[in-house]
Amino acid sequence: MDIHTLDITKEHCPMTFVKAKLVLAKINSGDVLEITLKGGEPLENVPKSAAEEGHRILSIEKNGESHVIKIEKN
Amino acid sequence: MTNEKKLSIICFSGEFDKAVAALTMATGAAAVNWEVNLFFTFWGFNIIKKKGGHALVGTGFLARVFNLIMGGRKSLPLSRLNLGGASPGLMTGMMKSQNVATLEELYQAAKDLGVNLYACEMSMNIFGMKREHLDPSVKAVIGVPAFLKYSEDGQTIFI
Repeated sequence: MDIHTLDITKEHCPMTFVKAKLVLAKINSGDVLEITLKGGEPLENVPKSAAEEGHRILSIEKNGESHVIKIEKN
Repeated sequence: MTNEKKLSIICFSGEFDKAVAALTMATGAAAVNWEVNLFFTFWGFNIIKKKGGHALVGTGFLARVFNLIMGGRKSLPLSRLNLGGASPGLMTGMMKSQNVATLEELYQAAKDLGVNLYACEMSMNIFGMKREHLDPSVKAVIGVPAFLKYSEDGQTIFI
């Protein structure tokens, strides 16, 4: 199991969702992706769309002005 | 009943800003797991040409001249304030400085996300184009009945 990181705090719609989806598509099943993102729409929709695809949301933690979401790929 | 997970866009316009709008909608929808179909017709056909700049392509004198003048994805004009063709480059620079995806980045992302790209058969004939003149990522050259079939039960917008 590998841990991957992705920082999308400087991205804007739609690349926030696009980058998260493309990295999730590339990593192996069982790997964990840690996504650092801003609040608002990315925080609301990145975990939601990942969960819709069957990935497991392990945690969502606030880290200063950002949030870190850990997602396990299905 | 409408399938809210399918978005089909008729890309009619050949301007930079309208192409950005269409590809932003397409990539955003695909990224949150929607099926997305893009149907490139008339001026929008320029977006999916293999050659992005101005080039003599196509069959027939008039078609070749039209294609030379219109160019491809890398030479689309702005619908307003085009400033003699300088604005798309200026706009791309502004987009990069603000970390907003450029037209080329959006187009590549659409392909990476598996967005279905369809070329309009009628437009291909008007502009004297052949399949080899199009981006190889174009899934198929289709007519209205096929587009209606692919877009059925989803949401369709015209840009």
